[in-house]
Amino acid sequence: MLRYILRRVFYMAITLFIIATITFFLMKLLPGSPLSAENKLSESQQEVILAKYGLDDPIPVQYVNYMVGLVQGDLGISFHFDNTPVTQILLNRMPPSLILGMQALIFGTIAGILFGLIAAIYHNGWLDYTSTIIAVLGTSIPSFVFAGILQWYLATKWEVFPVALWGTYAHTVLPTIALAIFPMATAARFTRTEMLEVLGSDYIMTARAKGVTEPGIIFKHGLRNSLIPLVTVMGPMAVSLMTGTLVIEKIFAVPGIGEQFVSSIEVLDYPTIMGTTLLFSVLFIVIILVIDILYVFIDPRIRLTGGGS
Amino acid sequence: MATNQQKHEPPKELFVPHERKEDTSEKITKPSRSFFQDARRTFFKNKSAVLSIILMIIIIILSIIGPYFNDYKMDGQDLSRAKMPPKVPVIENLPFFGMDGTLTSEFKGDDVEEATQNAVMRYDNNEEFIDIKVLSEGDGSADSAEVSATYNIYEAKEMQDEYFWLGTDQLGRDQWTRIWLGARVSLIIAFVAAAIDLLIGVAYGGISGYYGGRIDDILQRILEILIGIPNLVVIFLLMIILQPGITSIVLALTITGWTGMARIVRGEVLKQKNEEYVLAARTLGQSNGKIIRKHLMPNIAGIIIINTMFTIPNAIFFEAFLSFIGLGIVPPEASLGALVDAGFKVFRLYPYMVFYPAVLISVIMIAFNLIGDGLRDAFDPKMHK
Amino acid sequence: MSKLLEVKDLSVSFNTYSGEVQAVRGIDFDLKKGETLAIVGESGSGKSVTTKAITQLLSKPQGYIKTGEILFEEEDITKYSNKQMQKLRGKDISTVFQDPMTSLNPTMKVGRQIAEGLIKHRKMSKAQARDKTIELLELVGIPQAEKRINQYPHQFSGGMRQRAVVAIALACNPKILIADEPTTALDVTIQAQILELMKEIQREMDSAIIFITHDLGVVANVADRVAVMYAGKIVEIGTADDIFYNPKHPYTWGLLGSMPTLDSDEEELYAIPGSPPDMLNPPEGDAFAPRNRFALEIDTKMEPPMFQVSDTHYAASWLLHEHAPKIDPPESVQRRMQGFASMDDGKDGED
Repeated sequence: MLRYILRRVFYMAITLFIIATITFFLMKLLPGSPLSAENKLSESQQEVILAKYGLDDPIPVQYVNYMVGLVQGDLGISFHFDNTPVTQILLNRMPPSLILGMQALIFGTIAGILFGLIAAIYHNGWLDYTSTIIAVLGTSIPSFVFAGILQWYLATKWEVFPVALWGTYAHTVLPTIALAIFPMATAARFTRTEMLEVLGSDYIMTARAKGVTEPGIIFKHGLRNSLIPLVTVMGPMAVSLMTGTLVIEKIFAVPGIGEQFVSSIEVLDYPTIMGTTLLFSVLFIVIILVIDILYVFIDPRIRLTGGGS
Repeated sequence: MATNQQKHEPPKELFVPHERKEDTSEKITKPSRSFFQDARRTFFKNKSAVLSIILMIIIIILSIIGPYFNDYKMDGQDLSRAKMPPKVPVIENLPFFGMDGTLTSEFKGDDVEEATQNAVMRYDNNEEFIDIKVLSEGDGSADSAEVSATYNIYEAKEMQDEYFWLGTDQLGRDQWTRIWLGARVSLIIAFVAAAIDLLIGVAYGGISGYYGGRIDDILQRILEILIGIPNLVVIFLLMIILQPGITSIVLALTITGWTGMARIVRGEVLKQKNEEYVLAARTLGQSNGKIIRKHLMPNIAGIIIINTMFTIPNAIFFEAFLSFIGLGIVPPEASLGALVDAGFKVFRLYPYMVFYPAVLISVIMIAFNLIGDGLRDAFDPKMHK
Repeated sequence: MSKLLEVKDLSVSFNTYSGEVQAVRGIDFDLKKGETLAIVGESGSGKSVTTKAITQLLSKPQGYIKTGEILFEEEDITKYSNKQMQKLRGKDISTVFQDPMTSLNPTMKVGRQIAEGLIKHRKMSKAQARDKTIELLELVGIPQAEKRINQYPHQFSGGMRQRAVVAIALACNPKILIADEPTTALDVTIQAQILELMKEIQREMDSAIIFITHDLGVVANVADRVAVMYAGKIVEIGTADDIFYNPKHPYTWGLLGSMPTLDSDEEELYAIPGSPPDMLNPPEGDAFAPRNRFALEIDTKMEPPMFQVSDTHYAASWLLHEHAPKIDPPESVQRRMQGFASMDDGKDGED
């Protein structure tokens, strides 16, 4: 097990190295430099600024410097935003995004599993149809549309929650719901399908034949077997949460990574764009790894190859 | 053990050997149908899927001819007619639809007068064209009074004879025209991206799965590396360095998008080619090409079609998402995502601007997902009745 | 011997999209304490459905008991509530299903799956249940039981799994053990082991067994009595001797005739042509008539009643009617009947 994880971490490092390299050179191809932020500067002033960002070095030197910095957790200095180090910006912006993301994932998955379970238990009843319709709407309607509806009714019209910005817990409610709808709908559909399949399986018949009660059938025998496959869609779900944060944070003006990324694109702040891209890559790869490891723990049938276990 | 005592004796003359006219023991009582006929039958029994298909056909036709229903151009800017709300002949007389060319909103103030003032200020100070209805008198405390103000812009601008069916945007461009042009762009992106994913994915996955061995090994290693790179990151980078437009979005979506299809097709080909029927065909000396065309393709067609049907809404979503965060289609070009983005900026005052594109994109997404679900059921032999 | 189970005029139907499928059409049989009744028939003959109706494990809401009574210890259990049935299942009546590869929960330790019934029905503590589970596993012939209880089904071989399934069914010393083709999915050598195990256990626990199979060869080894089912009806029922030495129904002849024997290379197997009828619209008259080479004219008009052959032996065939022409079983079947008789002499040695 440990060896498997180590091997995966090693591959992760290689993937990240490739991504960082590609990102770096792509960014060098692009127009735009810290100079574009300021207006007319004398040549000597320009040189000072370029030297400050290390942009007067030849590109290979810049590349080595960047990579060395990267290993030390230094992502360079933003062209904008008061020349703050990118690492600092990202650290400042992390908490709101993490709070929203985690809340949405936890709330969405649990609610989705519940919906899916209810639908499976009352198969072909009105509860099943209602929850299926909710699931289809939730997976189909883009999150920004949901965000708009929530903002319009719950904030602007009925003033239950704040319209936007960040501060109290109430501020997190609407963006969390908007983010949670997709994972919820995905989990609901998946749980329903899997649960129905499990309920029709032979071992459930065996369990019934030994007199296990209905709740026992559902929770002791059905739930674990129908939730294992759900782990496989957790990856895409987490990725959708990342794309979700970009639009949701923009709509609700949440000072998170996503909002930062969108505004960095608008002002062509390359160091920040690169830093955010790398952060997304790390998150993505780590999530996939965590999910793979999680899978081993919840499914006794899978034993990882690679020794050690 | 109870024997069923026969009430009336059976007639004696019937106790003779039965003459069989034809061999009925092998009679098949059900009509025989091929798999695809069964699939089609199951699909067309699925009401929501059929409804979605009809809806999509209407939307596609409108996205082709809709923009020519009136004389407004996609980039026909005219600030004098900016932000006109929807107004449709006939329906304008039915207040329920809200397409009578007026804007209505509630305004608050410490008392009725202040609330009214707020309303008038919001609506271009055109007091004579604003109808005020008092909702709450207020008690003098902050924001306790509320009025509902209805602003008749078409009259204020002396454009009673103009009809903008879905209103105009901030620059006076006709929304009806832009929405259908936008839908056209979104659909083109989705279909082209899905088609490219299909071609590359099926070819790559098919070759990898069918030939196996060393070719499969090499192709799989490449695929693994590609899959390891988050596609979101690839899309972002490409969108930043490329000029915004349809081609860049399609490129960004397909450059990693086909990997999913390739994986599915490879897995399915691997499974199918080890089936006995393929072995039988091979034993009979059929060529590779014929085995692929006659045996493998029909058996993996279902999964390919289903996967493609889910690629399309995914591409529509991604286009909208990119345009929404400013990385996709940029004005004056229109796409559904760009329109929603533009509408969002003013949606508290002019909700119609975001409402119609948002509804359209949602309808398209729901329709494609339902069609996809319908196809998945149709290709599932368990669902055939 | 007292009747443990009595099935009276049982009909089971399934509602499908195409209409009502009459899977079981009015059957009667009983089961005495400690005996083994085999129900034999082709797939789709309604034999599995019958046992699922007894335990109320029909897939709901499509499957339902249309008419009839099922008396267990003189109480009609078709009227039982879900709760009452749950108390009965696993405790008084338990079932072993066909496929051991799928009838164990893949994500639950084998020991826990066995102990579940013990804890529920016999109110054992976890520790007690654990000890009993180990005892059960040893009883069904699984070595290193103490280690095995903490393993998952995928760590067991097919035969081992079926032994574990048998252990689950036996956990609470059931009065009736329903074995639904328990050996069909297993290798021949393992089949024999499982059959032997079931016989042994029956001797020890004195349970009655309802043994469902499509394989008459298996029946010959285990059954006291045999019921032959065709198209949702019992067409012949009797002691194993009745069925094997003196079969009366042409369908039973067909089943016997289609069994390969060691010397069968010399002769043609007596195969039953065609396939079972569509139970959506069962044919008029005798459902077997279209495949019956001895069919009479009356078979196409009227359904044959049960004719009594002896005290223990009944068959539903017009051939038994006094007016019917005298027809003997085909020669190949007769030879088999004799074969069984001679085999029977050496039966104990063969085990």
